[in-house]
Amino acid sequence: MKFAVVVFPGSNGDHDSYYAAKHVFGQDAELVWHKDTSLGGADVVILPGGFAHGDYLRTGAIARFSPIMQAVKSFAAAGGPVIGFCNGFQVLLEAGLLPGAMLRNRSLHFRCEHVNVRVEQTDTPFTSQCHVGQVLSIPIAHGEGNYYAEPTVIDALERNRQIIFRYVTPAGEVTDAANPNGSVHNIAGITSETRNVVGLMPHPERACELAVGSADGRVIFESVISVVASRMSRSVPTAVAAGVGVLAK
Amino acid sequence: MTDTITDSLLERHGLTREEYQRILDALGRMPTLTELGIFSVMWSEHCSYKSSRVHLKTLPTTGKRVLQGPGENAGAVDIGDGLAAVFKIESHNHPSFIEPYQGAATGVGGIIRDIFTMGARPIALLNSLRFGHLDDPLVRRTMAGVVAGIGGYGNSIGIPTVGGEIAFDESYTGNPLVNVFCLGISRADEIIKGTASGEGNAVYYVGAKTGRDGIHGATMASAEFDDKSAEKRPAVQVGDPFMEKLLLEACLEVMRTDALVGIQDMGAAGLTCSTCEMASRGGAGIEIDVSHVPQRETNMTPYEIMLSESQERMLLVVKKGRESEVERIFDKWDLHAVHIGQVTTDHLMRVKNRGDVVAEIPTRALTDDAPVYRRPMAEPSYLKEAQRLDVKALGAPLTAREAFVRLLASPEIASKRWVYRQYDHMVRTNTLVLPGMGAGVVRVKDTVRALAMSVDGNGRFVYLDPFLGAQLAVAEAARNVACAGGLPIGATNCLNFGNPQRPDIMWQFARAVEGIGVACRALDLPITGGNVSLYNETDGRGVLPTPVIGVVGLIEDAEKVVRRAFRAAGDVVVLLGDSYDELGGSEYLSVAHGIVGGMPPALHLIGEAALQRVLVDGAAQGIIRSAHDCAEGGVAITIAECCFDTSYGVEVDLAGVAGENAGDRDVSTLYGESASRAVVSVSPGRVDELLALAAAAGVSAATIGLVGGDRIRVSVDGRRVLDEPRAAAEQIWSTAIEEYFERRRAIA
Repeated sequence: MKFAVVVFPGSNGDHDSYYAAKHVFGQDAELVWHKDTSLGGADVVILPGGFAHGDYLRTGAIARFSPIMQAVKSFAAAGGPVIGFCNGFQVLLEAGLLPGAMLRNRSLHFRCEHVNVRVEQTDTPFTSQCHVGQVLSIPIAHGEGNYYAEPTVIDALERNRQIIFRYVTPAGEVTDAANPNGSVHNIAGITSETRNVVGLMPHPERACELAVGSADGRVIFESVISVVASRMSRSVPTAVAAGVGVLAK
Repeated sequence: MTDTITDSLLERHGLTREEYQRILDALGRMPTLTELGIFSVMWSEHCSYKSSRVHLKTLPTTGKRVLQGPGENAGAVDIGDGLAAVFKIESHNHPSFIEPYQGAATGVGGIIRDIFTMGARPIALLNSLRFGHLDDPLVRRTMAGVVAGIGGYGNSIGIPTVGGEIAFDESYTGNPLVNVFCLGISRADEIIKGTASGEGNAVYYVGAKTGRDGIHGATMASAEFDDKSAEKRPAVQVGDPFMEKLLLEACLEVMRTDALVGIQDMGAAGLTCSTCEMASRGGAGIEIDVSHVPQRETNMTPYEIMLSESQERMLLVVKKGRESEVERIFDKWDLHAVHIGQVTTDHLMRVKNRGDVVAEIPTRALTDDAPVYRRPMAEPSYLKEAQRLDVKALGAPLTAREAFVRLLASPEIASKRWVYRQYDHMVRTNTLVLPGMGAGVVRVKDTVRALAMSVDGNGRFVYLDPFLGAQLAVAEAARNVACAGGLPIGATNCLNFGNPQRPDIMWQFARAVEGIGVACRALDLPITGGNVSLYNETDGRGVLPTPVIGVVGLIEDAEKVVRRAFRAAGDVVVLLGDSYDELGGSEYLSVAHGIVGGMPPALHLIGEAALQRVLVDGAAQGIIRSAHDCAEGGVAITIAECCFDTSYGVEVDLAGVAGENAGDRDVSTLYGESASRAVVSVSPGRVDELLALAAAAGVSAATIGLVGGDRIRVSVDGRRVLDEPRAAAEQIWSTAIEEYFERRRAIA
């Protein structure tokens, strides 16, 4: 199966996402330039971390106008699995693929460290191999990860079970002290109503090998690999193929 | 042409009458104002190294692994598998005082450009910082700004800051030190040089537009500070990490095409320095027309364009006929590559403005033939007095426990977590040792190897004895790398001193460089490049003389990397190296008595080399499970730090050191900072192997105790002197620095 990792100018987690997909999990992976208009037949799309377009104006605000985002939207609309890590999450918010917005961390400082997140829902392609309540130690690295949405939106997210990761203590409790950035309801990651688009501030792609500090992020890749593989084995044409041509070089 | 070159005009350009005469001789005529500006920046201390060059020449710069020594944008060493580690350290002290965030940020941007200019992909950053005391709100403001600036740039561009060091002393209050180290990886046979050659080859300008920012930045960095310094703020540039990220990716892509002759970043002295240095290295001439240079402001004069230090700009020389290929790549990244001139053969740097020649200078006059001074030197008058130390006369020593607690809370020793968690230290997924756990270690993807790196310096030691203190800095940086299991293979230095026109400062500088040379030779550690920062003075008061040494070490098997923290209860704790009654220059004296005095610890370089061999071999053979260098705070603090970030306590018994300070026997034993020591842990079954390894190398090894329990228990000669709960000690250590800043916020 094939992962497409979108490269915006200013992306800096593109190599890490590509490396995880390609070298840690042995999948096909391709870096797709933001000016391209095709995802090249990919089965999974990753919007990587970084500072797309310098994060000038607002994080992710300019990236949503990149030509590739039309293809990403079509891919998502057709049910294809899309995940945004950190800046990728911010881009998904700005592009309207996920609800809400990011504020500066309440400490006003950039924070980089391993945090604990609890898996809240397992019926998304990226959490299918997790169990509810599973606590993952995954790094964050952001200055604007303080998730915010209006109370009505938060209510809807809770009601629709769209909150899929929350910041917790190592024992899995939701506390204020475990919240590294001030996110409302300790939200670390959410999914779309259709459940195929996921965004989270932590970086699972940086937590795929014990050598670099944690392998707890593996389960997120393993989940989507397993979901896509089982779709393929049932020879159901992946939704992905819809409207996707050969990558123009 | 200027009609008269007045003394005040020369003074504003930092040039002496004698230097002006040299300009007249070099040109055979009076300079234009543009030419005067060009000479002034190229002959500034910052660019010409005119005071330091005669001393730097004495450093060892060659070795079997050295691929590139000093003289290029960065040095390079062979790390096997056909790869090179390209690295350098540089200072951005002066700008960081005037505008902490931007000063530090542009320092990071500058060193990153130096690395990718060589064709290397930057993969790690370290920094070495010096500030005044954190009680001072100005110092906290400076430090908060510097840390945010380093993070703001490095985090955005996506290069992890994997380690570093910070020290505090009042002398840095008005003159902080911000030294930034960057390391990159390139193919050993594809290192690119900053050279211009080949008549008619095109000279390209790429990157940000040129503005009036930073004009005379190099000259500013070559003068002392006074109360007017704040007025120099316009001389500090503003960084744009996004632009640099584009430049980085685009330049690396261009380099893969083989269409380049050479490339250099526009750092200090901007377009002036890059053009004349490239031509000089290539034995060629260069001609540009400033009217083609992209400009951010209107009506800029040739003088301003040539001297601007706007950030994120590169100068490229492209092979004839390959121009469109290069332009296409920059276009992909939405960067403008502008053809501003060509390479010539006349050895002149010719600057035109819409076709009219505004400067024409032999390139050698600006580079190799720049003034070199052997400035007068004299031993500082403070030295003898400062070296004299009568510990008994200082009054009652602190009890072992008081000292332990106060040292753990000292910002010098306390955890730097408040700082490093503002830095992205994990991006690129190579970071094998997280900050605070020892030397910075990154793996080299596509190989089984890893690189360890450390930056170290101890201004107090150098102040007390520049020759010895500088040796200790080299030894400590190399020892830190060896503790991680890295064989030290190359070094870079950043020499931060005061005004070289004062004979006592020049003496400190010369003796320190001698010390670096001696230590590097003994440890087989070539210096492949670096940077000198002089005039670190405010209102006539110099900083502690602070040479900072960056060392790179090679770990053959990335899986064998060793960290600071203990690994398992029941492991045996071994102290490698000899302890003496040495409190001179220690953190204990600073914390307990507020003095910097005595002689720094003695250093036996042969023993140091042997210790490092034991550390490297012990790691490679999988014997050593944790290792931590004994530095500030001595062996007691080292042992405590080995317990932090673990759930283990420790119980050890140290042999007391004998000496003239017998009254402070416990203090000397616990907190003396004797060199060439490390605390390691091994599993019980492998203690004999370690002891044999040490014995074969002639290194003392004492089995001092066991890992375990939840307390830190230390005895001296069987008498228990410390018995502290690990968690409480760690709490003090891990929150001390944070508290200074939280307190500030509470007040604000």
